[in-house]
Amino acid sequence: MIRVVLPAHLRKLAHVDGEVKLDVEGRVTQRSVLDALEARYPMLRGTVRDHVTQRRRPFVRFFACEEDLSHELPDAPLPDPVATGVEPFLVVGAMAGG
Amino acid sequence: MSGVRVLVGTRKGAFVLESDGKRQRWDISGPHFGGWEIYHLKGSPADPNRLYASQGTGWFGQLIQRSDGGGKTWEPVGNRFVYDGVPGTHLWYDGTPHPWEFARVWHLEPSLTDPDTVYAGVEDAALFRSRDGGQTWQELPGLRRHESAPSWQPGAGGMCLHTILLDPSNPERIFIAISSAGAFRTDDAGKTWRPINRGLRSEQIPNPTAEVGHCVHRIAMHRSRPGVLFMQKHWDVMRSDDAGESWQEVSGNLPSDFGFPIDVHAHEPDTIYVVPIKSDSEHYPPEGKLRVYRSRTGGHEWEALTKGLPQRDCYVNVLRDALAVDSLDPCGVYFGTTGGQVYASADTGDSWAPIVRDLPAVLSVEVQTLP
Repeated sequence: MIRVVLPAHLRKLAHVDGEVKLDVEGRVTQRSVLDALEARYPMLRGTVRDHVTQRRRPFVRFFACEEDLSHELPDAPLPDPVATGVEPFLVVGAMAGG
Repeated sequence: MSGVRVLVGTRKGAFVLESDGKRQRWDISGPHFGGWEIYHLKGSPADPNRLYASQGTGWFGQLIQRSDGGGKTWEPVGNRFVYDGVPGTHLWYDGTPHPWEFARVWHLEPSLTDPDTVYAGVEDAALFRSRDGGQTWQELPGLRRHESAPSWQPGAGGMCLHTILLDPSNPERIFIAISSAGAFRTDDAGKTWRPINRGLRSEQIPNPTAEVGHCVHRIAMHRSRPGVLFMQKHWDVMRSDDAGESWQEVSGNLPSDFGFPIDVHAHEPDTIYVVPIKSDSEHYPPEGKLRVYRSRTGGHEWEALTKGLPQRDCYVNVLRDALAVDSLDPCGVYFGTTGGQVYASADTGDSWAPIVRDLPAVLSVEVQTLP
Protein backbone atom coordinates (compact mmCIF):
# COMPACT_ATOMS: atom_id res chain seq x y z
CA MET A 1 0.00 0.00 0.00
CA ILE A 2 1.35 3.38 -1.05
CA ARG A 3 0.38 6.47 0.91
CA VAL A 4 0.01 9.72 -1.04
CA VAL A 5 -0.57 13.15 0.44
CA LEU A 6 -2.17 15.65 -1.92
CA PRO A 7 -2.27 19.44 -1.58
CA ALA A 8 -5.51 20.91 -0.30
CA HIS A 9 -6.81 22.07 -3.70
CA LEU A 10 -6.38 18.60 -5.18
CA ARG A 11 -7.86 16.84 -2.15
CA LYS A 12 -10.94 18.98 -2.58
CA LEU A 13 -11.07 18.33 -6.31
CA ALA A 14 -10.81 14.57 -5.74
CA HIS A 15 -13.24 14.66 -2.77
CA VAL A 16 -10.78 13.02 -0.38
CA ASP A 17 -9.84 13.74 3.21
CA GLY A 18 -6.40 12.97 4.51
CA GLU A 19 -4.04 10.58 2.81
CA VAL A 20 -4.84 8.57 -0.30
CA LYS A 21 -3.93 4.88 -0.14
CA LEU A 22 -3.12 3.18 -3.42
CA ASP A 23 -2.22 -0.31 -4.54
CA VAL A 24 0.57 -0.08 -7.09
CA GLU A 25 1.45 -2.99 -9.35
CA GLY A 26 5.14 -3.73 -9.93
CA ARG A 27 7.92 -1.26 -9.24
CA VAL A 28 7.01 1.72 -7.14
CA THR A 29 8.09 4.80 -9.07
CA GLN A 30 6.78 8.32 -9.56
CA ARG A 31 5.17 7.16 -12.78
CA SER A 32 3.50 4.06 -11.36
CA VAL A 33 2.22 5.94 -8.31
CA LEU A 34 0.83 8.79 -10.41
CA ASP A 35 -0.68 6.34 -12.89
CA ALA A 36 -2.49 4.63 -10.01
CA LEU A 37 -3.52 7.98 -8.54
CA GLU A 38 -5.00 9.21 -11.84
CA ALA A 39 -6.72 5.89 -12.47
CA ARG A 40 -8.48 6.14 -9.11
CA TYR A 41 -9.17 9.87 -9.41
CA PRO A 42 -9.52 10.78 -13.10
CA MET A 43 -10.31 14.39 -12.25
CA LEU A 44 -6.65 14.81 -11.24
CA ARG A 45 -5.42 14.15 -14.77
CA GLY A 46 -3.55 17.17 -16.04
CA THR A 47 -3.20 18.77 -12.60
CA VAL A 48 0.01 17.06 -11.45
CA ARG A 49 1.49 16.10 -14.82
CA ASP A 50 0.97 17.41 -18.31
CA HIS A 51 -1.61 15.40 -20.26
CA VAL A 52 0.65 14.83 -23.25
CA THR A 53 4.26 14.95 -22.07
CA GLN A 54 3.49 13.40 -18.66
CA ARG A 55 6.03 15.80 -17.20
CA ARG A 56 5.53 17.20 -13.72
CA ARG A 57 3.88 20.60 -13.86
CA PRO A 58 6.47 23.29 -13.09
CA PHE A 59 4.97 24.40 -9.75
CA VAL A 60 4.37 20.90 -8.42
CA ARG A 61 6.95 19.20 -6.23
CA PHE A 62 7.36 15.60 -5.05
CA PHE A 63 8.78 15.09 -1.56
CA ALA A 64 9.34 11.94 0.49
CA CYS A 65 11.50 10.98 3.45
CA GLU A 66 12.51 14.63 3.81
CA GLU A 67 14.01 14.60 0.31
CA ASP A 68 13.01 16.54 -2.80
CA LEU A 69 12.40 13.90 -5.46
CA SER A 70 11.00 16.34 -8.00
CA HIS A 71 13.95 16.06 -10.31
CA GLU A 72 14.34 12.27 -10.14
CA LEU A 73 13.52 10.34 -13.28
CA PRO A 74 9.87 9.23 -13.46
CA ASP A 75 10.88 5.59 -13.60
CA ALA A 76 13.43 5.71 -10.78
CA PRO A 77 12.37 3.61 -7.80
CA LEU A 78 10.95 5.57 -4.89
CA PRO A 79 12.60 5.09 -1.48
CA ASP A 80 11.83 1.84 0.32
CA PRO A 81 9.88 3.53 3.12
CA VAL A 82 7.49 4.88 0.44
CA ALA A 83 7.28 1.54 -1.35
CA THR A 84 6.47 -0.23 1.92
CA GLY A 85 3.95 2.35 3.11
CA VAL A 86 6.02 3.54 6.07
CA GLU A 87 6.39 7.04 4.67
CA PRO A 88 3.98 8.96 2.41
CA PHE A 89 4.72 10.33 -1.05
CA LEU A 90 3.97 14.03 -0.90
CA VAL A 91 2.57 15.97 -3.86
CA VAL A 92 3.17 19.62 -3.01
CA GLY A 93 2.27 22.94 -4.58
CA ALA A 94 5.54 24.82 -4.78
CA MET A 95 6.01 27.89 -2.66
CA ALA A 96 5.26 30.82 -4.94
CA GLY A 97 3.74 34.22 -4.73
CA GLY A 98 4.28 36.74 -2.03
CA MET B 1 -41.76 36.05 -12.00
CA SER B 2 -38.61 36.08 -14.07
CA GLY B 3 -35.24 36.51 -12.44
CA VAL B 4 -31.60 37.13 -13.07
CA ARG B 5 -28.51 35.08 -12.35
CA VAL B 6 -25.17 36.89 -12.53
CA LEU B 7 -22.12 34.64 -12.93
CA VAL B 8 -18.94 36.24 -11.63
CA GLY B 9 -15.45 34.87 -12.22
CA THR B 10 -12.70 36.22 -9.97
CA ARG B 11 -9.04 35.71 -9.18
CA LYS B 12 -10.02 33.50 -6.24
CA GLY B 13 -13.19 31.71 -7.18
CA ALA B 14 -16.64 32.00 -8.75
CA PHE B 15 -19.69 33.69 -7.30
CA VAL B 16 -23.33 33.35 -8.31
CA LEU B 17 -25.61 36.33 -7.64
CA GLU B 18 -29.36 35.84 -7.99
CA SER B 19 -32.33 38.17 -7.84
CA ASP B 20 -35.92 38.33 -8.93
CA GLY B 21 -36.94 40.56 -11.80
CA LYS B 22 -36.87 43.68 -9.67
CA ARG B 23 -33.12 43.30 -9.31
CA GLN B 24 -32.98 45.00 -5.93
CA ARG B 25 -32.27 42.20 -3.46
CA TRP B 26 -29.57 39.69 -4.20
CA ASP B 27 -28.59 36.28 -2.89
CA ILE B 28 -24.88 35.64 -3.18
CA SER B 29 -23.34 32.18 -3.23
CA GLY B 30 -19.66 31.37 -3.32
CA PRO B 31 -16.83 31.22 -3.50
CA HIS B 32 -17.13 28.18 -5.70
CA PHE B 33 -13.68 26.71 -6.38
CA GLY B 34 -12.20 29.01 -3.72
CA GLY B 35 -8.59 29.91 -4.33
CA TRP B 36 -8.70 29.12 -8.06
CA GLU B 37 -8.76 31.67 -10.84
CA ILE B 38 -12.07 31.57 -12.67
CA TYR B 39 -11.43 33.30 -15.95
CA HIS B 40 -14.96 32.84 -17.23
CA LEU B 41 -18.23 31.07 -16.63
CA LYS B 42 -21.29 31.13 -18.80
CA GLY B 43 -24.69 29.49 -19.09
CA SER B 44 -26.19 27.67 -22.04
CA PRO B 45 -28.83 29.71 -23.88
CA ALA B 46 -30.59 26.41 -24.58
CA ASP B 47 -30.69 25.25 -20.93
CA PRO B 48 -30.23 27.85 -18.21
CA ASN B 49 -29.27 25.21 -15.65
CA ARG B 50 -26.28 24.13 -17.71
CA LEU B 51 -23.23 26.26 -16.86
CA TYR B 52 -19.58 25.92 -17.81
CA ALA B 53 -16.65 27.39 -15.87
CA SER B 54 -12.98 27.78 -16.67
CA GLN B 55 -10.99 27.07 -13.50
CA GLY B 56 -7.22 27.20 -13.16
CA THR B 57 -4.12 28.03 -11.22
CA GLY B 58 -0.47 28.32 -12.05
CA TRP B 59 0.14 25.28 -9.86
CA PHE B 60 -2.36 22.75 -11.12
CA GLY B 61 -3.28 24.00 -14.57
CA GLN B 62 -6.61 24.09 -16.30
CA LEU B 63 -9.88 22.50 -15.23
CA ILE B 64 -13.34 22.82 -16.70
CA GLN B 65 -16.32 22.59 -14.41
CA ARG B 66 -19.88 21.93 -15.48
CA SER B 67 -23.08 22.53 -13.56
CA ASP B 68 -26.38 20.95 -14.43
CA GLY B 69 -28.04 22.65 -11.48
CA GLY B 70 -27.74 26.34 -12.22
CA GLY B 71 -24.50 26.69 -10.28
CA LYS B 72 -25.61 24.88 -7.12
CA THR B 73 -23.64 21.73 -7.93
CA TRP B 74 -20.62 21.28 -10.15
CA GLU B 75 -18.56 18.45 -11.57
CA PRO B 76 -15.16 18.57 -13.25
CA VAL B 77 -15.26 17.53 -16.89
CA GLY B 78 -12.54 17.23 -19.51
CA ASN B 79 -9.44 19.39 -19.30
CA ARG B 80 -7.35 17.92 -22.09
CA PHE B 81 -6.69 20.70 -24.59
CA VAL B 82 -4.23 19.40 -27.16
CA TYR B 83 -3.50 21.27 -30.36
CA ASP B 84 -4.27 19.38 -33.53
CA GLY B 85 -1.15 18.03 -35.23
CA VAL B 86 2.22 19.74 -34.93
CA PRO B 87 1.45 23.08 -33.28
CA GLY B 88 4.10 25.17 -35.03
CA THR B 89 5.24 28.58 -33.86
CA HIS B 90 4.04 32.12 -33.43
CA LEU B 91 6.12 35.17 -32.58
CA TRP B 92 7.26 35.73 -29.01
CA TYR B 93 7.48 39.17 -27.39
CA ASP B 94 11.07 39.53 -28.62
CA GLY B 95 10.13 38.67 -32.20
CA THR B 96 11.56 35.16 -32.17
CA PRO B 97 9.51 32.07 -33.11
CA HIS B 98 7.87 30.45 -30.09
CA PRO B 99 6.07 27.09 -30.02
CA TRP B 100 2.34 27.15 -29.43
CA GLU B 101 1.77 26.22 -25.79
CA PHE B 102 -1.57 25.79 -24.08
CA ALA B 103 -1.85 28.02 -21.01
CA ARG B 104 -5.53 28.47 -20.11
CA VAL B 105 -9.11 28.85 -21.27
CA TRP B 106 -10.07 32.50 -21.40
CA HIS B 107 -13.64 32.23 -22.64
CA LEU B 108 -16.35 29.57 -22.86
CA GLU B 109 -19.16 30.10 -25.35
CA PRO B 110 -22.02 27.60 -25.15
CA SER B 111 -23.90 26.79 -28.34
CA LEU B 112 -27.08 28.77 -28.93
CA THR B 113 -29.08 25.56 -29.44
CA ASP B 114 -27.33 22.54 -27.89
CA PRO B 115 -26.41 22.51 -24.18
CA ASP B 116 -23.74 19.86 -24.79
CA THR B 117 -21.88 21.91 -27.38
CA VAL B 118 -19.53 24.59 -26.11
CA TYR B 119 -16.60 26.49 -27.59
CA ALA B 120 -13.44 27.41 -25.72
CA GLY B 121 -11.10 30.25 -26.60
CA VAL B 122 -7.64 29.51 -25.26
CA GLU B 123 -4.15 30.90 -24.78
CA ASP B 124 -1.99 30.35 -26.87
CA ALA B 125 -4.69 31.39 -29.28
CA ALA B 126 -6.85 28.62 -30.64
CA LEU B 127 -10.50 27.62 -30.73
CA PHE B 128 -11.65 24.31 -29.25
CA ARG B 129 -15.09 22.73 -29.22
CA SER B 130 -16.76 20.09 -27.11
CA ARG B 131 -19.90 18.28 -28.26
CA ASP B 132 -20.28 16.10 -25.19
CA GLY B 133 -20.86 18.58 -22.43
CA GLY B 134 -17.20 19.36 -21.92
CA GLN B 135 -15.96 15.79 -21.49
CA THR B 136 -13.70 15.94 -24.54
CA TRP B 137 -12.33 18.85 -26.53
CA GLN B 138 -11.21 19.06 -30.14
CA GLU B 139 -9.45 21.96 -31.76
CA LEU B 140 -10.90 23.64 -34.83
CA PRO B 141 -7.43 23.89 -36.32
CA GLY B 142 -8.25 25.92 -39.41
CA LEU B 143 -7.88 29.13 -37.42
CA ARG B 144 -4.41 28.36 -36.10
CA ARG B 145 -3.39 27.18 -39.57
CA HIS B 146 -4.25 30.52 -41.13
CA GLU B 147 -1.29 31.72 -43.17
CA SER B 148 -0.81 34.69 -40.86
CA ALA B 149 -0.59 32.61 -37.66
CA PRO B 150 3.24 32.36 -37.55
CA SER B 151 3.27 36.18 -37.32
CA TRP B 152 0.78 36.45 -34.44
CA GLN B 153 2.25 37.92 -31.29
CA PRO B 154 0.95 38.01 -27.71
CA GLY B 155 -0.37 41.13 -26.07
CA ALA B 156 0.63 41.98 -22.52
CA GLY B 157 -1.92 39.52 -21.15
CA GLY B 158 -0.78 36.64 -23.32
CA MET B 159 -1.83 35.49 -26.78
CA CYS B 160 -5.41 34.78 -25.91
CA LEU B 161 -8.51 34.03 -27.93
CA HIS B 162 -10.96 35.94 -25.75
CA THR B 163 -14.06 36.62 -27.84
CA ILE B 164 -16.36 34.09 -29.53
CA LEU B 165 -19.55 35.33 -31.16
CA LEU B 166 -21.95 32.78 -32.66
CA ASP B 167 -24.18 34.18 -35.40
CA PRO B 168 -27.79 33.34 -34.47
CA SER B 169 -28.88 33.69 -38.09
CA ASN B 170 -26.17 31.49 -39.58
CA PRO B 171 -24.79 28.47 -37.70
CA GLU B 172 -21.81 28.33 -40.06
CA ARG B 173 -20.61 31.81 -39.08
CA ILE B 174 -18.45 32.52 -36.03
CA PHE B 175 -16.51 35.64 -35.13
CA ILE B 176 -13.50 35.45 -32.83
CA ALA B 177 -10.89 37.89 -31.60
CA ILE B 178 -7.32 37.39 -30.46
CA SER B 179 -4.95 39.70 -28.60
CA SER B 180 -3.02 40.71 -30.46
CA ALA B 181 -3.75 39.23 -33.84
CA GLY B 182 -7.16 40.80 -34.40
CA ALA B 183 -10.61 39.64 -35.43
CA PHE B 184 -11.35 36.66 -37.65
CA ARG B 185 -14.49 35.17 -39.18
CA THR B 186 -15.44 31.75 -40.45
CA ASP B 187 -18.37 31.15 -42.78
CA ASP B 188 -17.97 27.38 -42.87
CA ALA B 189 -18.31 26.41 -39.20
CA GLY B 190 -14.63 26.77 -38.45
CA LYS B 191 -12.93 25.03 -41.34
CA THR B 192 -11.46 28.21 -42.81
CA TRP B 193 -11.02 31.68 -41.41
CA ARG B 194 -10.05 35.09 -42.62
CA PRO B 195 -9.00 38.26 -40.86
CA ILE B 196 -11.65 40.98 -40.64
CA ASN B 197 -9.58 43.98 -39.61
CA ARG B 198 -9.92 46.39 -42.52
CA GLY B 199 -10.36 49.88 -41.19
CA LEU B 200 -8.57 49.26 -37.91
CA ARG B 201 -5.62 51.51 -37.27
CA SER B 202 -3.09 50.67 -34.53
CA GLU B 203 -0.10 52.93 -34.06
CA GLN B 204 1.53 50.31 -31.84
CA ILE B 205 2.38 48.02 -34.77
CA PRO B 206 4.87 48.68 -37.60
CA ASN B 207 2.15 48.92 -40.25
CA PRO B 208 -0.79 50.60 -38.50
CA THR B 209 -3.29 49.27 -41.05
CA ALA B 210 -1.91 45.73 -41.34
CA GLU B 211 -4.28 42.87 -42.05
CA VAL B 212 -3.38 41.22 -38.71
CA GLY B 213 -1.63 42.28 -35.52
CA HIS B 214 -4.29 44.51 -33.96
CA CYS B 215 -5.00 44.23 -30.27
CA VAL B 216 -8.75 43.78 -30.33
CA HIS B 217 -10.07 43.77 -26.78
CA ARG B 218 -13.69 42.76 -27.29
CA ILE B 219 -16.41 42.49 -29.93
CA ALA B 220 -20.17 42.54 -29.35
CA MET B 221 -23.28 42.09 -31.46
CA HIS B 222 -27.03 42.28 -31.02
CA ARG B 223 -28.62 38.96 -31.85
CA SER B 224 -31.30 40.59 -34.00
CA ARG B 225 -28.67 42.20 -36.20
CA PRO B 226 -25.63 39.92 -36.36
CA GLY B 227 -24.05 41.74 -39.29
CA VAL B 228 -23.45 44.79 -37.12
CA LEU B 229 -20.46 44.47 -34.83
CA PHE B 230 -19.07 46.79 -32.18
CA MET B 231 -15.46 46.60 -31.08
CA GLN B 232 -13.41 47.95 -28.22
CA LYS B 233 -9.89 47.92 -29.54
CA HIS B 234 -6.75 48.62 -27.51
CA TRP B 235 -7.41 52.21 -28.48
CA ASP B 236 -10.54 53.13 -30.50
CA VAL B 237 -14.15 52.05 -30.39
CA MET B 238 -15.13 50.70 -33.80
CA ARG B 239 -18.24 49.63 -35.67
CA SER B 240 -18.80 47.38 -38.66
CA ASP B 241 -22.05 47.25 -40.62
CA ASP B 242 -20.93 44.45 -42.92
CA ALA B 243 -20.00 41.58 -40.60
CA GLY B 244 -16.46 42.79 -40.18
CA GLU B 245 -15.60 43.44 -43.83
CA SER B 246 -14.84 47.02 -42.89
CA TRP B 247 -14.72 49.06 -39.69
CA GLN B 248 -15.29 52.72 -38.87
CA GLU B 249 -14.24 54.50 -35.73
CA VAL B 250 -17.13 55.63 -33.51
CA SER B 251 -15.19 56.87 -30.48
CA GLY B 252 -16.74 60.32 -30.83
CA ASN B 253 -16.75 62.30 -27.60
CA LEU B 254 -15.47 59.58 -25.26
CA PRO B 255 -13.00 60.94 -22.69
CA SER B 256 -10.68 58.08 -23.66
CA ASP B 257 -11.22 55.47 -26.32
CA PHE B 258 -8.98 52.94 -24.58
CA GLY B 259 -10.84 50.26 -22.67
CA PHE B 260 -11.68 46.59 -22.51
CA PRO B 261 -15.38 45.61 -22.54
CA ILE B 262 -18.18 46.59 -24.88
CA ASP B 263 -21.75 45.32 -24.99
CA VAL B 264 -25.12 46.01 -26.61
CA HIS B 265 -28.47 46.74 -24.97
CA ALA B 266 -30.77 43.71 -25.09
CA HIS B 267 -33.61 45.47 -26.89
CA GLU B 268 -32.02 48.45 -28.63
CA PRO B 269 -29.42 47.29 -31.17
CA ASP B 270 -27.91 50.77 -31.45
CA THR B 271 -27.47 51.29 -27.72
CA ILE B 272 -23.98 50.27 -26.65
CA TYR B 273 -21.89 50.48 -23.50
CA VAL B 274 -18.16 50.93 -22.88
CA VAL B 275 -16.03 51.78 -19.84
CA PRO B 276 -13.30 54.24 -20.82
CA ILE B 277 -9.90 53.67 -19.26
CA LYS B 278 -7.31 56.41 -19.16
CA SER B 279 -4.58 54.74 -21.21
CA ASP B 280 -2.75 51.53 -22.00
CA SER B 281 -0.11 52.42 -19.45
CA GLU B 282 -2.58 53.55 -16.76
CA HIS B 283 -5.27 50.92 -16.44
CA TYR B 284 -7.75 53.00 -14.45
CA PRO B 285 -10.60 55.40 -15.23
CA PRO B 286 -9.85 58.98 -16.31
CA GLU B 287 -9.87 61.48 -13.44
CA GLY B 288 -10.50 58.72 -10.91
CA LYS B 289 -14.18 58.69 -11.95
CA LEU B 290 -15.78 55.36 -12.75
CA ARG B 291 -18.08 56.08 -15.66
CA VAL B 292 -19.91 53.79 -18.03
CA TYR B 293 -20.53 55.51 -21.34
CA ARG B 294 -23.66 54.80 -23.34
CA SER B 295 -24.34 55.61 -26.94
CA ARG B 296 -27.91 55.39 -28.19
CA THR B 297 -26.81 56.07 -31.74
CA GLY B 298 -24.51 53.13 -32.34
CA GLY B 299 -21.46 55.22 -31.54
CA HIS B 300 -20.11 58.73 -32.13
CA GLU B 301 -22.33 60.35 -29.47
CA TRP B 302 -21.79 59.16 -25.91
CA GLU B 303 -23.21 60.08 -22.52
CA ALA B 304 -21.56 59.45 -19.18
CA LEU B 305 -23.50 57.26 -16.74
CA THR B 306 -22.37 58.15 -13.26
CA LYS B 307 -25.30 57.93 -10.83
CA GLY B 308 -24.32 55.53 -8.07
CA LEU B 309 -20.76 55.02 -9.34
CA PRO B 310 -17.73 56.44 -7.50
CA GLN B 311 -16.80 59.82 -8.94
CA ARG B 312 -13.58 60.40 -7.06
CA ASP B 313 -10.50 58.42 -6.09
CA CYS B 314 -11.50 55.36 -8.11
CA TYR B 315 -8.66 53.50 -9.79
CA VAL B 316 -10.09 50.10 -10.66
CA ASN B 317 -10.21 48.50 -14.09
CA VAL B 318 -13.03 46.68 -15.85
CA LEU B 319 -11.73 43.72 -17.85
CA ARG B 320 -12.90 42.61 -21.27
CA ASP B 321 -15.31 39.89 -20.18
CA ALA B 322 -16.64 41.78 -17.16
CA LEU B 323 -19.61 43.69 -18.64
CA ALA B 324 -22.93 42.07 -19.54
CA VAL B 325 -26.64 42.80 -19.94
CA ASP B 326 -29.82 40.95 -19.02
CA SER B 327 -32.85 40.79 -21.30
CA LEU B 328 -35.51 42.07 -18.93
CA ASP B 329 -37.40 45.27 -19.64
CA PRO B 330 -35.90 47.68 -18.83
CA CYS B 331 -32.59 46.15 -19.75
CA GLY B 332 -30.21 45.53 -16.84
CA VAL B 333 -26.49 46.24 -17.17
CA TYR B 334 -23.79 44.71 -14.97
CA PHE B 335 -20.05 45.00 -14.60
CA GLY B 336 -17.32 43.89 -12.25
CA THR B 337 -14.09 45.63 -11.33
CA THR B 338 -10.57 44.63 -10.44
CA GLY B 339 -11.37 46.10 -7.02
CA GLY B 340 -13.96 43.38 -6.42
CA GLN B 341 -17.16 45.36 -6.87
CA VAL B 342 -20.03 44.15 -9.03
CA TYR B 343 -22.31 47.01 -10.04
CA ALA B 344 -25.80 46.59 -11.44
CA SER B 345 -28.21 48.90 -13.15
CA ALA B 346 -31.86 47.88 -13.52
CA ASP B 347 -32.66 50.93 -15.68
CA THR B 348 -30.40 50.59 -18.72
CA GLY B 349 -27.50 52.31 -17.00
CA ASP B 350 -29.23 55.45 -15.73
CA SER B 351 -28.43 54.52 -12.12
CA TRP B 352 -26.17 51.98 -10.48
CA ALA B 353 -25.73 50.21 -7.17
CA PRO B 354 -23.21 47.65 -6.04
CA ILE B 355 -24.51 44.11 -5.63
CA VAL B 356 -21.34 43.22 -3.76
CA ARG B 357 -18.29 45.31 -2.95
CA ASP B 358 -15.47 43.16 -1.70
CA LEU B 359 -14.92 40.18 -3.95
CA PRO B 360 -11.49 39.25 -5.28
CA ALA B 361 -10.57 41.00 -8.53
CA VAL B 362 -13.35 40.35 -11.02
CA LEU B 363 -12.29 38.70 -14.27
CA SER B 364 -15.67 38.09 -15.88
CA VAL B 365 -19.37 38.82 -15.52
CA GLU B 366 -22.11 37.01 -17.42
CA VAL B 367 -25.85 37.32 -16.93
CA GLN B 368 -28.66 34.83 -17.38
CA THR B 369 -32.24 35.99 -17.58
CA LEU B 370 -34.31 33.24 -16.04
CA PRO B 371 -37.92 32.37 -16.94
